[in-house]
Amino acid sequence: MSYFTQNSLLSFLGYPVSLQTFLPLSAPSLHFTMDWQGQKLAEQIMQIMLLVFAVTAFVAGYVLGSFQMMVLVYAGGVTLTGLITIPNWPFFNRHPLNWLDPSEAEKHPKPQVTVSSKKKGFKK
Amino acid sequence: MHSFGYRLNGLLTFAVTILALMCVIASLSDNLNIPSPSAEIQIMNINWFQKQPKGSDEVILRMNISADLQSLFTWNTKQVFIFVAAEYETRKNSLNQVSLWDAIIPAKERAKFWIRSSNKYRFVDHGKNLRGKEFNLTLHWHVMPKTGKMFADKIVMSGYSLPEEYI
Repeated sequence: MSYFTQNSLLSFLGYPVSLQTFLPLSAPSLHFTMDWQGQKLAEQIMQIMLLVFAVTAFVAGYVLGSFQMMVLVYAGGVTLTGLITIPNWPFFNRHPLNWLDPSEAEKHPKPQVTVSSKKKGFKK
Repeated sequence: MHSFGYRLNGLLTFAVTILALMCVIASLSDNLNIPSPSAEIQIMNINWFQKQPKGSDEVILRMNISADLQSLFTWNTKQVFIFVAAEYETRKNSLNQVSLWDAIIPAKERAKFWIRSSNKYRFVDHGKNLRGKEFNLTLHWHVMPKTGKMFADKIVMSGYSLPEEYI
């Protein structure tokens, strides 16, 4: 997790850091983000993994007769789920939205709605 | 699920909610356990039986307490608190209960035991009613869970009596 420590170090040193990108705001060229599909996937993975680990932990604790085992398995499951769903991994960014560059947008002005007569007379 | 902090908050909240549900189910699973405890108390000796200067009767007695309470323990049990009480009837009160001895059993392995002890707490009456008194000795237990509901029950043993005259 090198960019976590890098971020905390940068914020400690006074550089403006953004929570979302975990990089200094003055370096926008490296952007780690999740796209919309990725966010939905992350939420689904999180809910399913937590439920599965909860059931597994309860069954493990009940069968072994140990409450501590249940809590340990569940805590491990929560940590693993957090490691998979919280950081901006690349596989959450497989359907990125390609925003139009501002300089390119100026070259193509928005089309105007014009009112024109349908019939045009033909001249011989 | 937009940003790091948002996802972290969502994960922790959901995880804690599910943990609370797991604890509720664990407590409900205690009802599946049907305990079968057994206990026996012998009074080995009455060491002291006098009336105090203020006028109330006092007894010091030595007991041999043996019990098998292992079936009370489940996976969700933290400890079992037990105490022995003497119960008797007087003209003024239909029920008097005096706690004589108690202990905490921290684990299932220690739940099958015998112990010889005099009463930890003073057996004093409100009055001078104890001469020749017949009384019951009850062993109460409180099964304290790691999470959830506490169960309490008792065994009543009858047939004990005090001497007719002061020793």
